[in-house]
Amino acid sequence: MDSAPWSDPPVTYVPSTVTRSAKIVVAGGFGVGKTTLIGSVSEVKPLRMEEPITQASVGVDDLRGTPEKTTTTVAMDFGRIHMAGGRLALYLFGLPGQARFQPLWEDLTEGALGCLVLADTRDLDASHDALGLLETCGVPYAVAINAFPDAPSYPEAELREALALDPGTPLTVCDARDRTSSLHALITLTEYLSERRSAALLESRP
Amino acid sequence: MTGPRRDPDMVRPYVRTGGQVRARDDVRPESVVVAANAPTEGLSPDARRVMRLFAGAGGGLAVADIAAALELPPSTVRILVSSLMDSGHLAAPVAAAGHQPDFDLLQEVLRGLRSMV
Ligand SMILES: Nc1nc2c(ncn2[C@@H]2O[C@H](COP(=O)(O)OP(=O)(O)OP(=O)(O)O)[C@@H](O)[C@H]2O)c(=O)[nH]1
Ligand SMILES: [Mg+2]
Repeated sequence: MDSAPWSDPPVTYVPSTVTRSAKIVVAGGFGVGKTTLIGSVSEVKPLRMEEPITQASVGVDDLRGTPEKTTTTVAMDFGRIHMAGGRLALYLFGLPGQARFQPLWEDLTEGALGCLVLADTRDLDASHDALGLLETCGVPYAVAINAFPDAPSYPEAELREALALDPGTPLTVCDARDRTSSLHALITLTEYLSERRSAALLESRP
Repeated sequence: MTGPRRDPDMVRPYVRTGGQVRARDDVRPESVVVAANAPTEGLSPDARRVMRLFAGAGGGLAVADIAAALELPPSTVRILVSSLMDSGHLAAPVAAAGHQPDFDLLQEVLRGLRSMV
């Protein structure tokens, strides 16, 4: 990349009307449609940031006792929606769901309203890492099956069992390429989040 | 015998961020900041690059927007922004959602999403 002073890339500013920001995380296994979903609902061109993470390699037999280290770059796409008459900026961050990215997850999910987990019925096991990370980080979530044309469909009860979902966790189907369908998945998540929140408020009252 | 080797990946952000090693708790990837009026002489090259993104602009940028534009890791930008806030170069016009997102915020997001369908 050329970083000469005049070549800093153009940026899309947050309007000066914005007084508050919030984020929702979109998570799931490799190639499940995170970038596609973010792109279909974002009001600005989705951007990408990259975080290099260093970790001890697994399975390296090192006689000196110093674990070998490798650096992986984790790419995270994000988009932005402006709402509430331009007062609120909602950021959507795509997070790859591999368990070894846990430190990054802790940093990035902090303060999130919640998470939409995308799953593919051709590889439901690929969702387990993301679900486990969310439990660890204490982030509430809903699951959406991103329906690929050649993916098998299963009865809801079977999906819930395969994903080991709580009865209260929303499970929907979406097409990440379709804006309305993606919005509905996010609406289902947000309805769940606000129900949880109001239940917690009621409980905390004497 | 040599002492423990310094991890180059630990050293780099430290140097890049001018010695500040911890981000402020209120500076997260979605946190929006705006430029305040402060002279940029004496800032590190990376800090000047951050400030230059705001030059002549009417609006803010989130930490993630800055990381994407400058191709810097978000963890580094969080620290740079924290330090630029402490020095009065950047300010937060907005508070990002706290640990316990309040009900009103969720209602607002819900209304916003519904109005887009
Ligand atoms: N048919 C179909 N294809 C989809 C759908 N969503 C995504 N795709 C395609 O699947 C591929 C992967 O989608 P991405 O959005 O890049 O997935 P991702 O989760 O961001 O992938 P990584 O970031 O690489 O883990 C792309 O070629 C998409 O065009 C969908 O709902 N239906
Ligand atoms: Mg992607």
